[in-house]
Amino acid sequence: MQAAEPRRILRLPVGQDRSTLLWVALFLSPWIIGFVVFTAGPMLWSLWLSFTNYDVLTGTGDFIGLRNYERMLGDRRVGVSLWNTAYFTLLYVPLSVGLGLLLASLLNRTGGRLAGFFRTAFYLPNVTPAVAVGTLFLLLLNNPDGLVNQALAAIGIPGPSWLNDPAWIKNGIVLMMLWSIGGTVVILFAALRNVPVELYEAARIDGASAWRQFRHVTLPMISGALFFVLIINTVASLQLFSEVYTIFYGQQQGQTAGGDSALFYVVYLFRNAFEFFEMGYASALAWLLFAVIGLITFVQFRVSRRFVYYEGEER
Amino acid sequence: MSTSQHAERSAVPGIRQPEAVLAERSRGGVRRVASRAVYIALLAGFTILFVYPFVWLLSASLKTGAEVFNNELVPDPVMWGNYAELFARRPVLAWTWNSVLVSMLAAVTVTVTSAMVAWAFAYFRFPYRNLLFGVVLASMMLPGAVTMIPNFLIWDWLGWNNTLVPLWAGNLFASPFYIFLLRQFFLGLPRELFDAARVDGASHLRMWWSVALPLTKAALIVVFVFELKAAWTDLVKPLIFLRDVGTYTLPRGLKAIVDSSNIGGEQHFELLAVGGVLVTVPMIVIFFVAQRYFLEGIATTGSTGR
Repeated sequence: MQAAEPRRILRLPVGQDRSTLLWVALFLSPWIIGFVVFTAGPMLWSLWLSFTNYDVLTGTGDFIGLRNYERMLGDRRVGVSLWNTAYFTLLYVPLSVGLGLLLASLLNRTGGRLAGFFRTAFYLPNVTPAVAVGTLFLLLLNNPDGLVNQALAAIGIPGPSWLNDPAWIKNGIVLMMLWSIGGTVVILFAALRNVPVELYEAARIDGASAWRQFRHVTLPMISGALFFVLIINTVASLQLFSEVYTIFYGQQQGQTAGGDSALFYVVYLFRNAFEFFEMGYASALAWLLFAVIGLITFVQFRVSRRFVYYEGEER
Repeated sequence: MSTSQHAERSAVPGIRQPEAVLAERSRGGVRRVASRAVYIALLAGFTILFVYPFVWLLSASLKTGAEVFNNELVPDPVMWGNYAELFARRPVLAWTWNSVLVSMLAAVTVTVTSAMVAWAFAYFRFPYRNLLFGVVLASMMLPGAVTMIPNFLIWDWLGWNNTLVPLWAGNLFASPFYIFLLRQFFLGLPRELFDAARVDGASHLRMWWSVALPLTKAALIVVFVFELKAAWTDLVKPLIFLRDVGTYTLPRGLKAIVDSSNIGGEQHFELLAVGGVLVTVPMIVIFFVAQRYFLEGIATTGSTGR
């Protein structure tokens, strides 16, 4: 604070005049308007809606206090959809990170232009639209004619009814989502390439085995990237929607033999909002999702402090 | 990559190679070639798992309904008519046009506006800058489901429900993710360049448009192709906003085909495959054309693109 000058609320940096502030406002305006109108405003509105029984058809709604939240407690489908989502997340996230690390390590050890070629191949499913992924797996997971079960039959395993058997629906969805693991592979491959080779040479001179090199050199050096894909894959899993909705919901009203086995949380939220037009209730569901994602991310950050190593100020 | 790095490093004069490493290298030469062959074989196996479904889908789209699942790679007979049939049954041309329109508008608008905002955060010093940028970063964490319903009500109130407008017009207001990405690139530009331009009397607008943007062309292309892909593949907004079949985008149209195939008695699996091919091929073409930018974008931002 310069004592000589009168205190200005907006203290300008040296060399910039007031008209510069107008330019700043102009350049910032798209985001400021967008943030107020399409993010902050809707957040408050959504919170308000969650305390009402808003009816989109008549455009009216009454304040009903916590009744939507009480209703969630007694709604069997909330429990089912939470369970389905948790089951998927707990299966998919470790598998995607593990398999992603395996593929990235193979790429890293192969190196050269070949690695670039394979990386491209692995990434192709990620540019495929979710609705096409759903359609494709609707065909691939067909029982008994789909490619997956024909391949299983070829090695003598009778394949399950992936799309109808409640015990297998979610496993089939895990399989489908693992097909688009390429993004995880690309990130981990980039992290592996950044590990300095000197570290491995030093470890080898010390007589470290391949496993010990991996455990004590590779893992700490890529722990930042590992943690990152862990977080984004978890957050994406909790919000899984399009692929599942394509196969199991829509005009057919979820009338599959599998009952509610494919009812993921965001699918249920979407149906409440745009099929049953229970927008107040759907808003309450959205805030529970927000709270759950926030909590899980927070816990992952706390736990990661003990395991994640950041080199200097990089990253 | 790592092997070439290896060679470079050991070739540096004046750095003595520890004997142990040299000894191990000559001994491990054969083993290294052998293990590399194993890695390549494994990678090739995985490549088949990732790529074969595309081939299968393309092949299935050219088969008769009865032969979709017959596992023949080359269809016999080749049913080019499947494509004509889907175009005859559904307004596929209109859907494609809608998708092209929405994706282009979404990508162009978000690239320009995000570059504006990113430039403000990168170049100017102004009060509360770091706080505001913190808000940008924080808003990336917000699940879409929280703002989804009010956003629907806003566009509905504006009278644009059941039109293509809500599918792209939100992009007029920049996107936190791309603001973050472009700011990184702008920060990498030498500041003297802009001070010199200022002295020469360039306006702030000119400096942004004629100096900063041309220098960050690569980053702008990254944003453009990322958003092009995001808008093309989106199913959620078309499901929420589009009611009339004529307003559908390709993904929404494919969803309608899947729906009718599920409730109808006879299932036209070959037409599902045709729809899958039509919605996917443009993305694969764009990916191959702009591959460098996709991979750069993932490396800089950590987005997995899904």
